[in-house]
Amino acid sequence: MSASLPNTMPGLPAAPLVPEPWQVAARREETADTFTLTLQPTGEAEPMRFQPGQFNMLYAFGTGESAISISGDPSEGSSGLIHTVRRVGYVTSALARLSPGDMVGVRGPFGSAWPMEDARGRDLIFMAGGIGLAPLRPAIYHALNHRADYGRIIILTGARTPEDALYLAEQETWREQDGVEGHLTVDRAETPWTHNVGVVTTLVPKACFDPANAVAMICGPEIMMRYSAMELRKSGLTDNRIYVTMERNMKCAVAFCGHCQLGPEFICKDGPVYRFDRIRFWFSQREF
Amino acid sequence: MKLPQSALLERASFDTLLDALRRRGFKVVGPVIQDEAIVYDTVTASADLPVGWTDEQDGGHYRLKRRKDEALFGYAVGPHSWKKYLHPANLKLWDATRDAGAALRFEEGDTEKPPKLAFLGVRSCELRAIAIQDKVFMGSAFTDEHYRKRRERIFTIAVNCGTAGGTCFCVSMKTGPKVTGDVAFDLALTELLEESGHYFLITAGSEAGAEILKELPTRPATPEDLATADAVVDRTAQNMGREMPAEGLPKVLLENLEHPRWDDVAERCLSCANCTMACPTCFCTTVEDTTDLTGDHAERWRRWDSCFTLDFTYMHGGSVQQSARSRYRQWMTHKLATWHEQFGSSGCVGCGRCITWCPVGIDLTEEAAAICTVENSNTATNISEPASRDPSP
Ligand SMILES: Cc1cc2nc3c(=O)[nH]c(=O)nc-3n(C[C@H](O)[C@H](O)[C@H](O)COP(=O)(O)OP(=O)(O)OC[C@H]3O[C@@H](n4cnc5c(N)ncnc54)[C@H](O)[C@@H]3O)c2cc1C
Ligand code: SF4
Ligand code: SF4
Repeated sequence: MSASLPNTMPGLPAAPLVPEPWQVAARREETADTFTLTLQPTGEAEPMRFQPGQFNMLYAFGTGESAISISGDPSEGSSGLIHTVRRVGYVTSALARLSPGDMVGVRGPFGSAWPMEDARGRDLIFMAGGIGLAPLRPAIYHALNHRADYGRIIILTGARTPEDALYLAEQETWREQDGVEGHLTVDRAETPWTHNVGVVTTLVPKACFDPANAVAMICGPEIMMRYSAMELRKSGLTDNRIYVTMERNMKCAVAFCGHCQLGPEFICKDGPVYRFDRIRFWFSQREF
Repeated sequence: MKLPQSALLERASFDTLLDALRRRGFKVVGPVIQDEAIVYDTVTASADLPVGWTDEQDGGHYRLKRRKDEALFGYAVGPHSWKKYLHPANLKLWDATRDAGAALRFEEGDTEKPPKLAFLGVRSCELRAIAIQDKVFMGSAFTDEHYRKRRERIFTIAVNCGTAGGTCFCVSMKTGPKVTGDVAFDLALTELLEESGHYFLITAGSEAGAEILKELPTRPATPEDLATADAVVDRTAQNMGREMPAEGLPKVLLENLEHPRWDDVAERCLSCANCTMACPTCFCTTVEDTTDLTGDHAERWRRWDSCFTLDFTYMHGGSVQQSARSRYRQWMTHKLATWHEQFGSSGCVGCGRCITWCPVGIDLTEEAAAICTVENSNTATNISEPASRDPSP
């Protein structure tokens, strides 16, 4: 495992298998099935330091745990620990029933981070499909907070329908900033929609970046990430400048339970963020 | 301290070893016969051991047989492994309580001090299996405290194998049958059943082992005794039940992920998970969350799990590994190939348990050999390492 790859775990939790109680401070509906929870520590607990791309295990009392990426601002002093969750099953539905004042268990932060250091001085291309924008948002905040450290910032996002598009108003404020170029697309639009229609990969040729000096960070379904990487390669990006984030079943998040393995990778520990050339072989193996 | 130190202990004095361990507060666990198999449980005297018994093992076959002598360790490994003591099959991770004011409290489970256990009769392959689980639970960024606290308190009395089991292949895995100094143990025994008598050559592998050795009623070992003991393990090494193709196996497996043999084994495999439960290195677990009737108290338990279950790779929308083919392939490529990348060794120590305890007798040495056959496979010689597996830019 090469030292240049992201695998940083700052502030390892002391008892990583036991959750800490956090309180829901705010809740926001994003789309019909997606909501954002802002959590605050209880008692003497410190705010959580994390790196963009890292995730927590959120425990809904009596139901179970889910791996959820942190979607808030990573900079010190930003308020609350923010997660954006899509309701798909048992645990995420229990999380969806929470309102301000309720408690959740939190373990983390776990996993590798987006390559914000290695990307300094380069153009940044963020590509998100659906809920994939949530794990990318801390990296976007970081880039905007350290504007001088990076070149152009390109944000390409896709959703199924306009109603499913995440953080729409916020995406607008990003696009308004200097040196930020943003494109949105949806698979299909039945309501008025001023942006693009089509898959997210079709946005790549619209974007203006220097392929010799750019880093791409992609988050979405595996198929979307595969086609996005292919499209970026066509534009001249090499696989060692493309980063993706992987998802597998996770029980422990500390590489003991074995569930998240993908070939030799423990996605909880070696990932979830991977440089594409490291994961490419396994990416294309069926049923791994 | 000079290591190793060796001495001879008569069979008649064997219980002095158990006494010495007990004086130090150890509870001795080792091989005993239960339900027609040799398993690991409490041993209070040498008479509890399977004295004069051996086992007949083959794919899907296990039977106890009488030996012609009164050997204490004249058999190979059985269905249990020491992982049941170090990595318990069921363990409470925590309790959670919800108070009236909706406050939530978590309390760590499994906080008791574990008993001091002396493992009696640990085979060379098993020492290697423990060393492998050490890497899994204590060798990366996180340490599993549940494992560590048990592991720290054990004392290991290893045994050089005097009999090879029908499904053993430690020689091809370079994990036995002789206990060697590059893997941790406290004492190592070689059982000698000679015309001149029934006795044990004991070698100390640690300070703690040397201390105990000093207290036993031993006599000095001569160079001839050492040679006799070596001959015993050499004979075992000549009689391995199975053989694993050794050359370039990880590479061959990873280059043959679509080999027709995976379909073939999938037709036989029942996905019963016996192999993973019996394997001394398999470490996977799942968790079970429960609540009591009041709804204000919840618990999380960690339990052994297996990559052969459909749930293992479940993600919203379906399991990643849907077919039995993909699950067998996951297990075998993990054991024999990707384990090297994760932990620096094979995940298989050649103990043969998965072969013996497979209800349909699937033999991983045979499956590996089939994938290595030249007719069907991309052999290591005609395919170069895929470029995509190179992590450097
Ligand atoms: C590193 C990582 C980061 C993630 N970040 C987010 C995020 O920011 N927002 C978000 O909405 N979702 C995220 N997910 C996906 C989220 O974990 C699952 O949607 C969630 O676990 C589904 O649980 P459930 O009980 O509601 O679903 P059910 O279908 O009832 O699932 C039952 C169990 O299966 C497992 N499981 C099901 N789907 C997944 C999945 N996709 N990934 C892993 N395990 C799964 C879980 O153990 C779950 O408890 C992330 C997953 C990973 C691995
Ligand atoms: S894979 Fe089979 S032979 Fe190898 S260590 Fe596990 S049980 Fe023993
Ligand atoms: S290989 Fe044998 S023991 Fe393992 S799951 Fe298949 S049938 Fe069961």
